Amino acid sequence: MTDMAISNAANKQQTEFSARLQKRYAAERRFRAYGLSAIVIAVSILGILLGTISFQGAPAFFQTYIQVDVYFDEAVIDPAGTREERALRTANYQALAKSSLYEIFPDVTERREKRTLSRLLSSGAYRPLREMVVNDPSIIGTTQSVWLVTSDDIDTFYKGQIDRETVEADRRVKDNEIAWVDALEAEGRIDLQFNTAFFATGDSREPELAGIWGAVVGSFLTLIVTLAVSFPLGVSAAVYLEEFAPKNRWTDLIEVNINNLAAVPSIVFGLLGLAVFLSFFGMPRSAPLVGGLVLALMTLPTIIIATRAALKAVPPSIREAALGVGASDLQVVTHHVLPLAMPGILTGTIIGMAQALGETAPLLMIGMVAFIVDVPSTVTDPSTVLPVQIYIWADSPERAFVAKTSAAIMVLLGFLITMNAVAVMLRKRFERRW
Amino acid sequence: MNFKNLAQNLAVAASVTVASFTMAGVAEARDQIQIVGSSTVFPFSTAVAERFGQTTSFSTPVVESTGSGGGMKLFCAGVGLEHPDITNASRRIKESEFGKCTDNGITITEVKIGFDGIVLANSKEGAEFYLTTRDIFLALAKEIPDGNGGLIENPNAKWSDVNPQLPDLRIEVLGPPPTSGTRDAFVELAMEAGAKTFPELKALRKEDKKAFKVIAHSVREDGAFVEAGENDNLIVQKLTANPNALGIFGFSFLDQNSDRLKGSIVDGNAPTFENIAGGDYPISRSLFFYVKQEHVGTVPGIEEFLAEFTSDGAWGPDGYLVDKGLIPLPDADREAIRESATSLAPLAM
Repeated sequence: MTDMAISNAANKQQTEFSARLQKRYAAERRFRAYGLSAIVIAVSILGILLGTISFQGAPAFFQTYIQVDVYFDEAVIDPAGTREERALRTANYQALAKSSLYEIFPDVTERREKRTLSRLLSSGAYRPLREMVVNDPSIIGTTQSVWLVTSDDIDTFYKGQIDRETVEADRRVKDNEIAWVDALEAEGRIDLQFNTAFFATGDSREPELAGIWGAVVGSFLTLIVTLAVSFPLGVSAAVYLEEFAPKNRWTDLIEVNINNLAAVPSIVFGLLGLAVFLSFFGMPRSAPLVGGLVLALMTLPTIIIATRAALKAVPPSIREAALGVGASDLQVVTHHVLPLAMPGILTGTIIGMAQALGETAPLLMIGMVAFIVDVPSTVTDPSTVLPVQIYIWADSPERAFVAKTSAAIMVLLGFLITMNAVAVMLRKRFERRW
Repeated sequence: MNFKNLAQNLAVAASVTVASFTMAGVAEARDQIQIVGSSTVFPFSTAVAERFGQTTSFSTPVVESTGSGGGMKLFCAGVGLEHPDITNASRRIKESEFGKCTDNGITITEVKIGFDGIVLANSKEGAEFYLTTRDIFLALAKEIPDGNGGLIENPNAKWSDVNPQLPDLRIEVLGPPPTSGTRDAFVELAMEAGAKTFPELKALRKEDKKAFKVIAHSVREDGAFVEAGENDNLIVQKLTANPNALGIFGFSFLDQNSDRLKGSIVDGNAPTFENIAGGDYPISRSLFFYVKQEHVGTVPGIEEFLAEFTSDGAWGPDGYLVDKGLIPLPDADREAIRESATSLAPLAM
């Protein structure tokens, strides 16, 4: 009887125990499922984002061109026959481009219709003709076959983004233009080609002529200035704070402030830049120099915090050993601690730089949110940066800029991924474990 | 990585920094025109700047989009190469701004460049809207007259509540935030005109202009009006996705998306190029830019830039700015303004 009671009690305990165990297993499984679904959601959102950007941006890497036979008429280009570069540069190449197009359609004679026909070509289609003549004046008087860029409407139509079935009045490409495009297509004179100009020119108001190169150079110059200022300042500050500074209320205060500074909204640094660099020092507006200095202020806390963490990770035994063999404090830091901490410092710096690369808000205040056609060559030339270029294109009414915007985002993401990959590589390669 | 290398690197970096500071200490001479101001005029100003850079021997002007008010602030700050030469505005210069400019020794030339229409548009698939400015006010104002001399919180939930002839749809309007010049112009031109159709508000306008403006300019905040951000392309996208919503934006965006969107008819006039140019469409405003005369001669190319902007190839009825969505001025006005712009006639207020 008592045995039974005991074994009953034991059985009961047993079943309760296994029920509880089952519950714990279930909870564990649910917990894992939550985590997994969080990752799946995050990855799919990222996938959708990248997918739409690539889908929208891909057409921008290609451009529609029309092949025409241009007669480089001396009477138009250089009537005086001097072959001076100035005369060659300012000649009316637009007329050459237009007349070469008229020749393909000799039955278009009415003035208004001719005007519409000439709009198949971009308003800047003549620019390569000018470069050809300036580079080689001997082609004057000859006829050359040239591929000229089409206008943005024709380009979007040829890429299939404008529906032929829409009512003509609501379509930006009219029936006669479609007929011309079809005729060119039948002759093999219209074609999609890789858009090299996108990677070689600055901004333009015409989507078919706009390029990313000006912004890439602007970003590069800005980041050079940022690096040159924030890296030495940040590392020196961190080394002093970590290795030499006494632990007291003042250093605590400084530390708290540095951490706070890292969380300050970036527009505040822009305001500071406007007040100090532009108003007080009188530096030029829209210059990568000022942009770089402002972004350097923004990146400083990131670099200081990363550097201090890297210095802390160097074990004290290294310092003690160096001191033990008679090294001075300076030698300890420069010969042993800094080199060992360098991978961590560089990783932090690169991440700070990547952050600076994506910043627009502080640049608004110092005039870098601007339309700039010429590609900058020094840090004082007016220039813009990649994220600003994206912002300007996203705000433009022309529909062809939608693709350009996504393409620019792809270029920016490419740079960010490269920079982060370098950071990861540096860490993998040089990191030491103690 | 030894100390020597590191020290060298640091020294190079530091010297670059020091050099850049001292180099920039002196404000440099600039060879390109600097333009600031309205984001509405930006597409036109940049188009002219690009042409100007391509067809002349001058550098391409730098155009910043700072908003009309921000542009005026920078422009009127003083004379000297660190200040901009031209500012764009989607409204006329205010008296206070003009005063500030004069105090800083600036003489201004005003150039009116054309019109911009503000449209209410919806998807091609949506209903047709025949609106009046009164309907717009009744649909979007925060408070409307209750008919007994007082004001009530706007009770209209559907367009058919506003006016039985309008579609039986929930009021859903996507528009720009208060920081935008388009919003300023919209409330001034459409909402104020609508408010003036009520005798009690008209009377209030005579007594207390400020109180009237508060009523006419307050847009409802109960979800019927959605602030969709400064980016008009975003509004266009949202409208194609939601055929029941109306959007408020500049005419050039309707022009570019005419296969997807249609403009609502306001006071019997459709927002077409001809109606805006002829002054029949009620919600349209003038666009301007202002030139600093003191910089003519110091900064190269200002006069030539003015000549390019006011040439018929640019702002005329067949010019390239029209392709960008500018509504040109009547022929006689263009002639007169070209005269005063090229002769740098000073503005007096």
